[in-house]
Amino acid sequence: MTEYTSDEMMSVAAARALGDGMSCFVGIGLPSTAANLARRGHAPNLTLIYESGCLGAKPTRLPLSIGDGELADTADAVVSVPEVFNYWLQPGRIDVGFLGAAQLDKFGNINTTVIGPDYANPKVRLPGAGGAPEIAASCREVFVVLRQSPRTFVEKVDFVTSFGHGTGKGDRERLGLPGAGPTLVVTDLGLMRPDPETAELTLTELHPGVEVDQVVEATGWKLKVSGDLGTTPAPTEAELRILRDLKRASA
Amino acid sequence: MAELLSLKEAVARLVHDGDTVALEGFTHLIPVAAGHEIIRQGRTGLTLVRMTPDIVYDQLIGAGCASKLIFSWGGNPGVGSLHRFRDAVQHSWPVPLEIEEHSHAGMANRYVAGASGLPFAVLRGYTGTDLPMQTDTIKPITCPFTGERLAAVPALNPDVTIVHAQRADRAGNVQIWGITGVQKEAVLAAKRSLVTVEDVVDELEPRPGAIVLPSWAVTAVAKVPGGARPSYAAGYYERDNDAYQAWDAIGRDRESFTRWLDELTGVKA
Repeated sequence: MTEYTSDEMMSVAAARALGDGMSCFVGIGLPSTAANLARRGHAPNLTLIYESGCLGAKPTRLPLSIGDGELADTADAVVSVPEVFNYWLQPGRIDVGFLGAAQLDKFGNINTTVIGPDYANPKVRLPGAGGAPEIAASCREVFVVLRQSPRTFVEKVDFVTSFGHGTGKGDRERLGLPGAGPTLVVTDLGLMRPDPETAELTLTELHPGVEVDQVVEATGWKLKVSGDLGTTPAPTEAELRILRDLKRASA
Repeated sequence: MAELLSLKEAVARLVHDGDTVALEGFTHLIPVAAGHEIIRQGRTGLTLVRMTPDIVYDQLIGAGCASKLIFSWGGNPGVGSLHRFRDAVQHSWPVPLEIEEHSHAGMANRYVAGASGLPFAVLRGYTGTDLPMQTDTIKPITCPFTGERLAAVPALNPDVTIVHAQRADRAGNVQIWGITGVQKEAVLAAKRSLVTVEDVVDELEPRPGAIVLPSWAVTAVAKVPGGARPSYAAGYYERDNDAYQAWDAIGRDRESFTRWLDELTGVKA
């Protein structure tokens, strides 16, 4: 068995969530790594959509930014930014939105705007919304991938940049949001899914070698654990090879 | 008809203190040289507009050119934060920076409304987020046909929009290809526009899919080879990713930034 890092486990677990033939609106960073890994592995017919207007990008290396020339050169089509948001995302044509976060709360709401309670005088000013609010609103479902710590997994986000499940089940329907919202959160420790009754994120799978206590400690709220807790299969040799090749080609 | 001007003259004529200025470019074709010329000419009180303010906006903000930023994602793509932007927001250095914050979809639609000559645009965005509470230019609106609650955002009509493109001909028609972001919309929404280009040719060779901005829709064209560096110009040069990484260290601290600025503006240390 090849050794692997918890970050590699996270990327592999996130990639596995993407099915072949799906369309995926990809954020930069961890989501892009996972989506490209999936496309080069089990999901060769995954359509990658980047907010720079690249539809069906097939990069040979990981892009450093969502507007890298490689994405345009390998895309089925390159369209304007108004088009990608208005024609492709807004009507609900895209299966999965794949997002990162600076903070995530127990109902899957995402903050990428400011840390601290005062918007005008933030403790930390983050980059902001980008395409995420509309991705979270309009994709059929949303996967979130980020490293887990009490600082990032908070009871309530300081700022709702992108809406998850609000304050619980039914909020999305009440607001008329078309997509199902976050259905999966992938971290370096395990997987979480919204509880079907309450929409609260619940630990459903642990990565190999991770203990429940570790995840509970890395979570800023009293984490619920599924009664039917599973274990993620370790990365296969093939998955690790593809991931490492991708990383090497992108260095 | 677009006038062919030098960059220096174009910026002197088209960009005034206190103007609302959009320098657009979505990773690709960022008009960096034009941004540097604005810094050299010492403009102040600008309202800077851009979906993705990146390092050239960090530089304009750090140089004290801007009093307000209208944007949807402010970062150094693939690297991290914009530290001059952060310093201005968190510590008002070198001058306070007011912000008006949107999402990409909101900004894109504001330009579309501006280019369309309409007062506002409508989108199914922002619902449930905290953005409408902080941004006055996001308002709820009810569809008169279906009753659906949507978001309205006002048109963006910059005093001047600056973009970079691959080519123009001598008459000032502009050809642009690759990732074209919101450049067309931003130019058509603006009262005045400047396009810096890699090359000026006698005749534009047709290129499938390449947008042509006709001469009569553009105020001025300036030939500035390499004018998008360290971003890239498809067909001309690649993105200098190392320069984006290197900016992180320069932008991180006021002293190293000031040294960079002195070098740009020709001030002897």
